[in-house]
Amino acid sequence: MTDKTDEKIINFMRLRFIATILSVVLVAGSIVSLATKGLSWGLDFTGGTLIELVYDNPVSTEEIREQLVDSGYTDAVVQEFGSAQDILVRMPGEDPGLARVLSELLNDQYDGVVEVKRVEFVGPQVGEQLREQGGLGMLLALGMVMLYIAFRFQFKFSVGAVLALAHDSIIAMGLFSVLGIQFDLTVLAAILALVGYSLNDTIIVYDRVRENFRKRRKGSPVEIINVSLTQTLGRTLATSGTTLMVLMALFLFGGEMINGFATMLIAGVLVGTYSSIYIASNLLLYMNISREDLVVPVKEDEVDERP
Amino acid sequence: MLNRYPLWKYLLIAFVVVLGFIYSLPNLYPDDPAIQISGSSSSTVLEPAVLERAEKTLNEAGIAIKAAEGDERTQMIRLVQADQQQLARSLVKDALGDDYVVALNLAPTTPDWLTAIGAYPMKLGLDLSGGVHFLLEVDTDRAVKQRLDIANSEIRAQLRQERLRYRTMPEREDGARQLAFLDAATRNAAQRVIARENPDLQVETDDQGERYVVSFGFSEQRIRELEDDAVRQNLTSIRNRVDELGVSEPLVQRQGRNNIVVQLPGVQDTAEAKRILGQTANLEFRLEALPNAARTSTEAFSFRDERRPDALLERDIIITGDRVSSAQSNFDSESGQPQVNINLDTTGGRRMNDATRGNIGRSMAVLFIEQKPTTRVETQEIDGEMVRLEVPGFREEKHIISLATIQSALGNQFRITGLNSVAEASELALLLRAGSLAAPMYFVEERTVGPSLGAENIKMGVDSTLMGLGLIVMFMIVVYRVFGLLANIALTINLMLLLAVMSLFGATLTMPGIAGIVLTLGMAVDANVLVFSRIREEIKLGRPIQRAIHDGYDRAFISIFDGNITTLLVGVILFAVGTGPIKGFAVTLSIGILTSMFTAIMVTRSLVNLVYGGRRDLKKLNI
Repeated sequence: MTDKTDEKIINFMRLRFIATILSVVLVAGSIVSLATKGLSWGLDFTGGTLIELVYDNPVSTEEIREQLVDSGYTDAVVQEFGSAQDILVRMPGEDPGLARVLSELLNDQYDGVVEVKRVEFVGPQVGEQLREQGGLGMLLALGMVMLYIAFRFQFKFSVGAVLALAHDSIIAMGLFSVLGIQFDLTVLAAILALVGYSLNDTIIVYDRVRENFRKRRKGSPVEIINVSLTQTLGRTLATSGTTLMVLMALFLFGGEMINGFATMLIAGVLVGTYSSIYIASNLLLYMNISREDLVVPVKEDEVDERP
Repeated sequence: MLNRYPLWKYLLIAFVVVLGFIYSLPNLYPDDPAIQISGSSSSTVLEPAVLERAEKTLNEAGIAIKAAEGDERTQMIRLVQADQQQLARSLVKDALGDDYVVALNLAPTTPDWLTAIGAYPMKLGLDLSGGVHFLLEVDTDRAVKQRLDIANSEIRAQLRQERLRYRTMPEREDGARQLAFLDAATRNAAQRVIARENPDLQVETDDQGERYVVSFGFSEQRIRELEDDAVRQNLTSIRNRVDELGVSEPLVQRQGRNNIVVQLPGVQDTAEAKRILGQTANLEFRLEALPNAARTSTEAFSFRDERRPDALLERDIIITGDRVSSAQSNFDSESGQPQVNINLDTTGGRRMNDATRGNIGRSMAVLFIEQKPTTRVETQEIDGEMVRLEVPGFREEKHIISLATIQSALGNQFRITGLNSVAEASELALLLRAGSLAAPMYFVEERTVGPSLGAENIKMGVDSTLMGLGLIVMFMIVVYRVFGLLANIALTINLMLLLAVMSLFGATLTMPGIAGIVLTLGMAVDANVLVFSRIREEIKLGRPIQRAIHDGYDRAFISIFDGNITTLLVGVILFAVGTGPIKGFAVTLSIGILTSMFTAIMVTRSLVNLVYGGRRDLKKLNI
């Protein structure tokens, strides 16, 4: 092995203590916000009725709210959905007939035409069931991933990857809590996608760390991690960049229905990229990773026809 | 020689790519908006005149017809404009009358040679096509209770036959039924009889002072089986009813333990759909009470047509409608009176025979049971606030639809006579065939997506996907030059393969599914980036060009493999536990990872090999 030492190595780990503090603050802040403010659960989770209306002229949500309150529907949430002509009404209550009553009521009090574009009536017990299933799926997925990494790498890596993952999802959810964006099923799907993305990112860094520990005879763990991060930096930036480009396209042009999804993933990719550089590697150092953890004979002599 | 694939590898890749091209092709042919005409009963034949009448109606309204096709059962009229579909449907419906079902449909335009090899376009989820989605919950507790009621009736008959005197006691809290006996000997005899005749019951004894009690109920396992049966049977009934609606490609699927999902693409009239689905009906067969029967063992019911006075029936149920395997209405060959011929399953036939053998000359009633949905208002305390909640529930209504004299002992096959009219006979037959549910159901969820919203979603989804793709294509060419170009070719093949696999598997494309595609495209680039940056590194380390390409692929493979397998794990688990939108997302993500591994590793490699492989003169790589 000929090491070219003239390669400039960025000292990422110089900032490891600052990164630790930053992450602790972000995670703690997210947990506080999640505990106090909570998430603004969407219809999928709370149950209730959602009606999307299209007015033929721009209307004010304030007026519609007043009309509904006057008619006794005090709990209705009225919001614009994309434009001042598209209105979304959400309310508790699981009567499917409610949508018809409401649309008739609003049509009566409006000069033009109100068209009902979408009606959703969701029972809360399904929300509960989904929450349970989603949580269960998450735990199961984490368990499988831990096993896989422990098998392919070493258990310190699997602990690091999963902690980094928890870090990312907690911060992404915290952001949703702070901003008060509605948390619906597509957002949940986005969190799970973020789990996939962030893991992929972490694994690729870990892969290089493993390789360098085995390949390089000298150098402290901090140095080895710095070398690995420098080597993968180009790839990390390129991938995050392209993924972000696609997500921005989704965010800007994908329509209101996947807005939450795109927002969550953009946050997720940013946090995920940061954490695979600073948190995942940092955690390895906190667990005192050493060359001895990875002494598996490297098969250097194999000449295989891998693609 | 480095970087040369054997011929078979090139051929294999070419084969997969051609296959992917063919099977993704059907998605390029857009569906025609169409209306579908069929007879309201399965025996109705569509005369050519019917089609002519429909076409004439449409012509008069100025609605352009593209084509009409079909057979004597179903006719499809393809329209030119999608926004005329609703209008066309209501016009044709009015023109043809109630004997025909007119439904909205989307007629595929896939060429015959593609359908001949099994290539069909992807199905679109409701959020993309428009339509209604219902989630129904089956009240399985009620089904189990009903079964226990029947067992209870049978046991009492068995005990009477064995001359064992019993006293009825209130139900135990866990639902088990209890009978009290005067002494231990009778109790033991009764226990033996019950256990012998009813192997699926759990029989226990329990002595409370003076009382010698036998209690019986279903075992946990049997309850689960009964619940399963109930859901399965409801599923079949709903399928029959959905067929009546004449919807194209409806989805009726069990979800979880006792939920049923019904999706009706293209349907906008939820009221009608709910009326037909929600008619949760069941039937019971009971004997008319003898004039001197004890009041506690009888129950009075009104007739459905309300013209006849109430009748007194025995409390014991002989069988319920779910034992009916088929029913047809026709005429008695001798008297010319309308009648219904009924076939029961084996258990039903045995019970019917037991019940009727000794009761010739008495009357037997068919009871029609309807679950009418209601909402009850309840005040509950949530977060310290008193909130008015509307709780969905249902009210049970039972009416007699027929009361006829038993002429002889009945078995698996018998007929019901004494019906008022042909219409009543055919309705009874229909209800017996499709109308019986093993347990009541109620609506938990309802979603309606307008057709315009669906079209908008597709457009936005496709636009943003293409835009994302465009950005990636530019990025790759700018950063990696020739290699970037090769990666872009692979990316296009990846998208094509993804569509082909989804079409082949009959996966349904949903909005989250499109998002999943976009995400896989973003991540597919990652594999290429990994390889290319590795090749760059190797070149910087001073390796010969061919060696650098080879090692770049080799080294990056491990990272790509580990990274993708972990993501795939997440995708597969999401698919297993997720429902609805999450499942849609998981499908595209998982398939996308597999296809992108193939294209990023095999396809780009073969392209690189074709361009650079085996060239000794290569001094510099444009990467």
